[in-house]
Amino acid sequence: MHFAFTDEQAMIAETVRGFFAEHATSARTRKAMAGDGVDRALWASFCTELGLSGVAILEDAGGAGLGLVELAIVAEAAGAQVAALPLLGHVMASQALAVGGGDRQVLGELIAGDTIAAYAHRADLSASGDTLNGTIEFVAHGGIADCFVVTTNDAAWLVAADAPGLTVTPLTTMDQTRPYARLTLNGVAGERLSDPAAAISAAHNAGFVVLAAEALGGAQACLDRTVGYSLERVQFGRPIGSFQAYKHRLADMMVEIEQARSAVYWAACAIDESSDEAALAVHAAKSFAADTFFRCAGDMIQLHGGIGFTWEHDAHLFFKRARAIQTLLGEGAWHREQIAAMVFGDAA
Amino acid sequence: MKLGFTPAEEDFRKEAADWLAGQMAGEFADIKGITKLTERPERRKEWEQQLAAHGWSCIGWPKEWGGRDASLAEQVIFAEEYARAGVPGRINHIGVELAGPTILTFGTDEQKAKFLPGIAAGTTIWCQGFSEPNAGSDLASVRTKARLDGDEWVVDGQKIWTSLAHVSDWIFVVTRSEEGSKGPKGLTFVMMDLAQPGIEVRGIKQINGDAEFNETFFDGARTAADNIIGAPGGGWKVAMGLLAFERGVSTLGQQMGFRNELDEIVAAAKANGAARDPLIRQRIAKAEIGLRLMRYGAMRMLSNTDHSRPDGAALTYKIQWASWRRALGELAMDVLGQTGEVTDGPAYEWGILPNLFLYSRADTIYGGTNQIQRNLIAERALGLPREPRGDL
Repeated sequence: MHFAFTDEQAMIAETVRGFFAEHATSARTRKAMAGDGVDRALWASFCTELGLSGVAILEDAGGAGLGLVELAIVAEAAGAQVAALPLLGHVMASQALAVGGGDRQVLGELIAGDTIAAYAHRADLSASGDTLNGTIEFVAHGGIADCFVVTTNDAAWLVAADAPGLTVTPLTTMDQTRPYARLTLNGVAGERLSDPAAAISAAHNAGFVVLAAEALGGAQACLDRTVGYSLERVQFGRPIGSFQAYKHRLADMMVEIEQARSAVYWAACAIDESSDEAALAVHAAKSFAADTFFRCAGDMIQLHGGIGFTWEHDAHLFFKRARAIQTLLGEGAWHREQIAAMVFGDAA
Repeated sequence: MKLGFTPAEEDFRKEAADWLAGQMAGEFADIKGITKLTERPERRKEWEQQLAAHGWSCIGWPKEWGGRDASLAEQVIFAEEYARAGVPGRINHIGVELAGPTILTFGTDEQKAKFLPGIAAGTTIWCQGFSEPNAGSDLASVRTKARLDGDEWVVDGQKIWTSLAHVSDWIFVVTRSEEGSKGPKGLTFVMMDLAQPGIEVRGIKQINGDAEFNETFFDGARTAADNIIGAPGGGWKVAMGLLAFERGVSTLGQQMGFRNELDEIVAAAKANGAARDPLIRQRIAKAEIGLRLMRYGAMRMLSNTDHSRPDGAALTYKIQWASWRRALGELAMDVLGQTGEVTDGPAYEWGILPNLFLYSRADTIYGGTNQIQRNLIAERALGLPREPRGDL
């Protein structure tokens, strides 16, 4: 038992924090927001220079052969900058392809950054053999994806964005750093993955961890930036950070954030170690970290006063990202109900 | 980063679990499952001595002082198994977890030889004299006086909220030894035998009807001149060092007690149908999440061996568990409904869940209120300006 980063993990954390702080600037993110929601140059250097786009993919599948702990470290750093990157869909799709028997050439292109994938799930999508019909809503970064991993609860396919019968409709989305698209499938032929159960489980576990870790990084950034502001801003002849009402709210943010940090790395470790706590841990991490982020982002606006309500200030980037993370891959109440069912040994 | 334990550690877990289960099924079956700190003190003292006789009393201490030099992982495991076996809390927890480590860290060799064997053997029970009627959150404003009279310290004043003083043998007292001194300066950390005419202990009846806390009065109480830890006037540093021990391994044993309480609530909810209420289910899930995060938070704290700088995250632990447990008490009563508001028989005595509801109101007060904790987090972890001090 050693629940702290190894030296190697600490080094990765330092590297990725530096990378995103330097490159995922507010100006670049805002440029991406005004376009299609992706900073392509940043994604390219993430995949090629940093070489962490296959961080939790086995080496024999072309990845770095590390685990979800290292993936969480990456997502936490990206989340701290609200980076406009297709990370969520990329991770979920590449996990599915890697463990589900998917196309290794496509996987290689994803890791190299030559191809961008999105992940689209609908439990009751109509599938006749490998011919898919229906609509899938709210596909993160669906509008810019070159291909999709499409799943139901028991089957998974790889679908090219230009497949006949597929219409991709980008949606104007509150969080412009991760815009959604609607997929309309009219007799689309999918390329079936041979082990859908493994694909879906790996994709969802990785997705929960990525979102929880992004939320952790975002929440910490909200706290750090608000602490900085509170030491500079003077009212009544004092820095506002010296007022107890203000200090206590910041302290409460930290109490929640430290729990979220435990949650994220507990979940990542539990999956990496195949612990029997893993199922509970991912539901705990996703719901707790998302709620923590939302609370911290809301507090960030309140504690900045009027400036926090402006478009110019970055607070709204965090606030909108936090809201989106709360609902992506299941709302908090759904995750908590999964845990309640485990505790009570039933399914209500 | 690794959560699992090694096979050797799992062997240690089995050894500890087997021994504890054997005791709770055998010689000490009569104290199994007691949750109140004040219940059956004489048997609880015998239990302290039984632990010591089998080398389980202070496993993290050095071997030369009666410990096992147990690793962090082993201490974690023992604390978990201790609570899992339904063993009641340590009546000498203040001796084992606070006085002992303080003497080990700050005491002289003579003091170690004088005091540690009694703690390790479970024959000297300790309590803590910190708070006073006018020095609660503002601990540094203590007024209890100590003056050196020949080869003895003479202590006059009053302490309050002295847990377990009525069953203890010794007390450590933060005193003001320099007349006219203010705040953290001029304080001395004094150890005293409670069995003397100059000390009187009076119980304070609490909201649950129990009397675990006391007022302790000092009127010309005496102790030998060398029964102080640290230098005269240097007591604040020792007292603060002692408080840091409160965030140690014992927190994991405490959490297993919380686990038992949550399990009781889950069982009650299943029995009375509250388990079908979606709102109750959400709250149970939140409680479960909170308890797990407490465990892994403690694991992080214990895994952090970089003591060169303060561990900011560790400062969040007290408010976290205290707030969690107070909410758990409210959840318990909401699961029980009005059934929880009545008790069998004429005595004002409560079962585990109603007692949790009442007792947990103290959690967010003692050991530093939630408000003081927020000040500490804001000032020490976040670097915000300190609260201004008045001069009344």
